Amino acid sequence: MLYKEWAGCYAVRRYDVYVDREYYAVRHQATAMDASPLYKYDVRGKDAAALLGRIMVRGFAKFAPGRVGYVCWCDEHGKVLDDGTVTRFAQDRFRVTSADPALAWFARQSRGLEVSIEDCSRTLAALALQGPRSREILRGLIGPAIDGLKFFRALETRLPGKPGPELVVTRTGYTGDLGYELWVENDHAVRLWDALFEAGAPHGLLAMGLDALDVARVEAGFLLGGCDYTSARRALITRQKSTPYELGFDWMVELEREPFVGQAALARAAVQGPARRFVGLEIDWEDFERIYERYQLPPHLETGTSREGVPLYRGGRQVGYATSRSWSPLLKKYLALGTVDADLAAPDNELEIDVTCEYERHRARARVRKLPFFDPERKKSP
Amino acid sequence: MKTYDAIVVGGGHNGLVCAAYLAKAGRSVLVLERRHVLGGAAVSEQVFPGFTFSVCSYVVSLLRPWIIRELELARFGLEMIPLEASFLPLPDGDSLCRWSDPELTRKEVCRFSPKDAEALGEFALAMSKIGRFAKPVIDSPAPDPGSLHPAKLVELLRLGRHFSRAPEDELDLRLKLFSMSAVDFLDEWFESPVLKAPMSVSGIIGTMLGVRSPGTAYVLLHHYMGEIDGAFRSWGFSKGGTGGVSNAIANAARHFGAETRTEASVKHILVEGGVARGVVLENGDELRARAVVSGCDPRRTFLGLVGKQHLPDEFAADIARFKYRGSSGKVNLALDRLPEFRCRPGNGPHLRGDIAIAPSIDYLERAYDDAKYGDFSAHPYINVVIPSTVDPSVAPPGKHVMSCFVQYAPYHIKEGPQHWPERREAFGEAVIDTLQEYIPDIRSIILHKQVLSPWDLEQEFGLSEGNIFHGELTLEQLAFLRPAAGWARYRTPVPNLWLAGSGAHPGGGIMGAPGALCAREMLASGAVR
Repeated sequence: MLYKEWAGCYAVRRYDVYVDREYYAVRHQATAMDASPLYKYDVRGKDAAALLGRIMVRGFAKFAPGRVGYVCWCDEHGKVLDDGTVTRFAQDRFRVTSADPALAWFARQSRGLEVSIEDCSRTLAALALQGPRSREILRGLIGPAIDGLKFFRALETRLPGKPGPELVVTRTGYTGDLGYELWVENDHAVRLWDALFEAGAPHGLLAMGLDALDVARVEAGFLLGGCDYTSARRALITRQKSTPYELGFDWMVELEREPFVGQAALARAAVQGPARRFVGLEIDWEDFERIYERYQLPPHLETGTSREGVPLYRGGRQVGYATSRSWSPLLKKYLALGTVDADLAAPDNELEIDVTCEYERHRARARVRKLPFFDPERKKSP
Repeated sequence: MKTYDAIVVGGGHNGLVCAAYLAKAGRSVLVLERRHVLGGAAVSEQVFPGFTFSVCSYVVSLLRPWIIRELELARFGLEMIPLEASFLPLPDGDSLCRWSDPELTRKEVCRFSPKDAEALGEFALAMSKIGRFAKPVIDSPAPDPGSLHPAKLVELLRLGRHFSRAPEDELDLRLKLFSMSAVDFLDEWFESPVLKAPMSVSGIIGTMLGVRSPGTAYVLLHHYMGEIDGAFRSWGFSKGGTGGVSNAIANAARHFGAETRTEASVKHILVEGGVARGVVLENGDELRARAVVSGCDPRRTFLGLVGKQHLPDEFAADIARFKYRGSSGKVNLALDRLPEFRCRPGNGPHLRGDIAIAPSIDYLERAYDDAKYGDFSAHPYINVVIPSTVDPSVAPPGKHVMSCFVQYAPYHIKEGPQHWPERREAFGEAVIDTLQEYIPDIRSIILHKQVLSPWDLEQEFGLSEGNIFHGELTLEQLAFLRPAAGWARYRTPVPNLWLAGSGAHPGGGIMGAPGALCAREMLASGAVR
């Protein structure tokens, strides 16, 4: 087992020497991954929706209980601080997840509002159950209630037992597949894990680490903070920061509503349009192979996702950079996520990507592709 | 008789840096040190057999990386060991440790305030940004705002542009930093006093001000500009004690051809026809040079070694007014074994960094109250390091050395500074009593003890009024005002006499910049051939 640091915790990168078994399991069977290091905040009170509307780039006044939303939030200059999910359980009860600690930031925006923010990052466990068989496994665990749970909806239920501990199931995930995330108090986390593996054994449930997830999320076209973009909170200089428009979050931004952090800056940015854009790229395999042929070598790829940034060119000029690169075993394509000048961000635009072979640098053709690369029907199917 | 290109008075680290640069440029240089050992306040001495103390200065961070490179100090013996943590024991049995790993620190701070844990990252980022902007200021001579010389104007413009390029919120922050007290400034970021107290002390080190005194916020920045191997904000021990830094510089200087002489006390600087021509030693020897460089502080240099009669009245008055007001002392202990903290018993990484006795802001302000009225603090702020935990060369196996920087120990006690020798013992006891609250068995493990009052720092190390920075690092004594308006570029009103110590821009700490920048100015001006 290989570990890495994630939000101050040791998190498993892979349970196996190779990443493949876990990757194939998420696409063909199901996998369980401990996502507990995520930061989690329970926001409660009469003004909970108002607070979140004030922080996030979208409003929550009309957001129905039981819904989950993917959002980002910005600083006052309209630069993205973090992205995460917001779940509404009731009129006055929300849960927010984030990659970085956000308690102080949220609390700072809560002046004059009747709201409480509780940091449950280290008291609430999160388990990601993902893959085509995940629904059947959950059905075995909590019964047919799971069948009614639509994409990006939340279900409050209980684990089997007398009385069974509270369990929240959201139909969300970071793999772009059919999948769920399960949320329980820490004390019951091991029990949940065991119950899940009991129910999952006939379906080939496998424990998955972060490396396999990293391949799945590239296929799904999900960007990763700290890898594909830098939080405005951590950026040392302005050019390291991004607006939601640059990250392809245009669809989430709701400008015409009550004031929120970064609203004025975002209104200006919306008019100007982004100077660069987050895109998907497909590297031309034959071109890539040709580079290796010159050295009489077979093409070589690292297993998993490479997070080493490489330049993108067009006509000899650098026009962007790729931040995540991954061979997709499922699509049989060499994929990348990156950022390019906005005028070149349209699908099918041809660029060049830096390729290093035998310590010598070359360029291979790469085409801009629409995201997500992989979008199975089962992800959203009823 | 040989005429040197330059004679450097005082073999402290800045004098040595200056000598090394001059020698490297091919000039003949002689360094004269009054004591038996080089290093000035950056000195290691075996005060008790087997125990090497960093007698005065005890950690290194601001030593300029370009000096390390240009003088090849690593080749000449400089070895730095980073501090692992900042540990704050509390009287109630709790404690806070800030680690170099931000996640570990976050967890610790979370116990006191989860919000502060987040703010700490933002604060560090903001301070590093400002620190980055301040870096060129400490790495070049102070601009002269009064000069119309085109070259000086270009410098000023460059600096102005550098500053104006900062985002607006950073400009606000800078203004606050220059005007607020350390506590007020930290109040804008943090809520937990447990975090604020140890952070605020960076603002008062070496000054006769309290953590609530306006103007102390700036010095916080000084402590965020530290850099080791390109990593900002890190502090380190020099292997073998801080004398290791001085020895490496001295080795470099000698390698480049400089001569160094210890136990060579300069009686006065020889001024003939208003021009510095050399020095006269205590033993009567006269040594001549084309330039004389003083590594001593401004008061000792001008009012002591030169004499008022050779100075313009206004300048002499400025120098006489320059504030020293030493406020700190040192207690160095040789220990039989590692100290055991009540709040975190046993050996551990918390002992391998600096340990602050600063339990609350009120505690620190009360410590200052004692000093304001002419007494040492009954319960002082103490900054403890135990370098033997990471550098076994400074103590016999299993034994340890513990260095305690203590504030406040005002030079001007109400009995008069000359009465410090009678109060020294009581001062040392106050420090050990304070430590005992946190380390109950401290008295039983002390093998030897060395207590240095500001009076001792003056008498033994030549630091006027015992000020560790050659004059307070307050805003009105910095940049083009250090040591006096119009004389911030290492030149002095006495032709051929140069100032290279911490009393010159950019100031104190084991930085080396005043010495290096002085040498650079001397060479550029053609003062030495």
